[in-house]
Amino acid sequence: MDFEALYREERPRALATLIRLVGDFDLAEEALQEAFAAALRQWPRDGAPRSPRAWLVSTARHKAIDHLRREKGLAARAAEIAYLGEAASPPPDLAEDPFADDLMRLIFTCCHPALALEAQVALTLKTLCGLTVEEIARAFLVAPATMAQRLVRAKGKIRAARIPYEVPGGDGLAERLDGVLRVVYLVFNEGYAATSGDTLVRRELCREAVRLGRLLRALLPATSEVAGLLGLMLLHDSRRAARLDAHGDVVVLEEQDRALWDQGQIAEGQALAEEAVRRGGGGFYALQAAIAALHAQARRPADTDWPQIAALYALLLRLHPSPVIALNHAAAVALGERLDRGLRLIEQLEAEGELESYHLLPAAKADILRRLGRTAEAAAAYEQALRLATQPAERRYLERRLLEVRSGSS
Amino acid sequence: MKYLLLIYESEQAWAGVSEAEQGKIFQEYMEYTGRIKKSGNYIAGEALQPVSTATTVRVKNGKTLTTDGPFAETREQLGGFYMVEARDLDEAIKLATGIPASRTGSIEVRPIMPTPPPE
Repeated sequence: MDFEALYREERPRALATLIRLVGDFDLAEEALQEAFAAALRQWPRDGAPRSPRAWLVSTARHKAIDHLRREKGLAARAAEIAYLGEAASPPPDLAEDPFADDLMRLIFTCCHPALALEAQVALTLKTLCGLTVEEIARAFLVAPATMAQRLVRAKGKIRAARIPYEVPGGDGLAERLDGVLRVVYLVFNEGYAATSGDTLVRRELCREAVRLGRLLRALLPATSEVAGLLGLMLLHDSRRAARLDAHGDVVVLEEQDRALWDQGQIAEGQALAEEAVRRGGGGFYALQAAIAALHAQARRPADTDWPQIAALYALLLRLHPSPVIALNHAAAVALGERLDRGLRLIEQLEAEGELESYHLLPAAKADILRRLGRTAEAAAAYEQALRLATQPAERRYLERRLLEVRSGSS
Repeated sequence: MKYLLLIYESEQAWAGVSEAEQGKIFQEYMEYTGRIKKSGNYIAGEALQPVSTATTVRVKNGKTLTTDGPFAETREQLGGFYMVEARDLDEAIKLATGIPASRTGSIEVRPIMPTPPPE
């Protein structure tokens, strides 16, 4: 039996149900860990149970009750544990499938807006993905003790402020789902965008984000933005092998070896992007997935449908305005319509000053100036981008471009 | 479970509100209080006199130190509170969104520490 695979597969659902039954995150995690240890001993000897998940939940639940019985000052703790009463009640009918509902409860509780965003992310990775505190700490470049403290605080708030273990109903659902999607996308971006730090851990974050996306997709199959987010992540991730060269330097989209793109992921991502746009149009993730799909379709950079991409960015900018989207829109206009029009939009953004510490603004401006043959201005813009960029691989890319325009070889 | 909903607002902004507008807002508070009394959530609620009437008290080495006003200068000041009974944080948050000042100021939702059961 492949315990590693079983652990990955069963842990989130088993834990979600267990938290509902015992009403406490730490107790549930501890008890489930013990149940897995017991399974590791018993199953090879006695054979695996018919429903491993039901066995794990039921075993862990008994271990949790044992813990509570053994503990001193049970009465004092009882006041803290919201749903303790249920722990002593007869076990639920495990033949039915309460797991999907519990998983939703767990997702929405981990991503509750009353928790700080960084705590939501940490809690999601710890409980839903089963990452260790050390792994999460390494991914976010903080000390393990800091990360542990963050988790303790979040769990403490769930208990003390009584954050409900519930999927919000009615109007609240759409609003809260936005928050859940934001956490998943943040996990993905943390793994995808940064090129410093431990690449293995970063790869893991992307994988976990896609897994969470698939989970949400299974739970909410008719929701446009869920399809959009999963599609977007798959399309970005499809380029992973082409994004860095042998030295670990960033390879820009235009210069990537497109033969390295994962066509299976592209096909899946494209289908999801199309479905997301069809279902509900102007969603934040649906539109971005549609843009990513257009990039993925182009066999050569010259085949890229820039006018269509510029049009989608214009729509995205109108429905979900932000300076970063405005910058992407300007870059797409430069390539899809006219270079000087894109440049004017970037200069407007520059004047507004909101992106003054964002290195990609001067970098985008420099690229347009380079294409226009205005090499002296391009060099100045690359220099400005270099003053702001911190990631070594991005800096190397900018330095190479700067050398090109200085020697007039662009 | 009990929650304290602390109402923070800019006293300076409030001073600039016309008398007619103030009357309307008082009316809204009356209605809100009536609603949460009817729903069974209300435990207590009061408005406070402005910060200019506040006194801060400390005892150091057995000596009482009294100073005028609150210690820190902040943009928003504590102007009143409700104590409510709510099923969980989500219900408490929903109750907070009904307070008129949630639109113009902010509401801090604090769970009340449960009294430990007698040994």
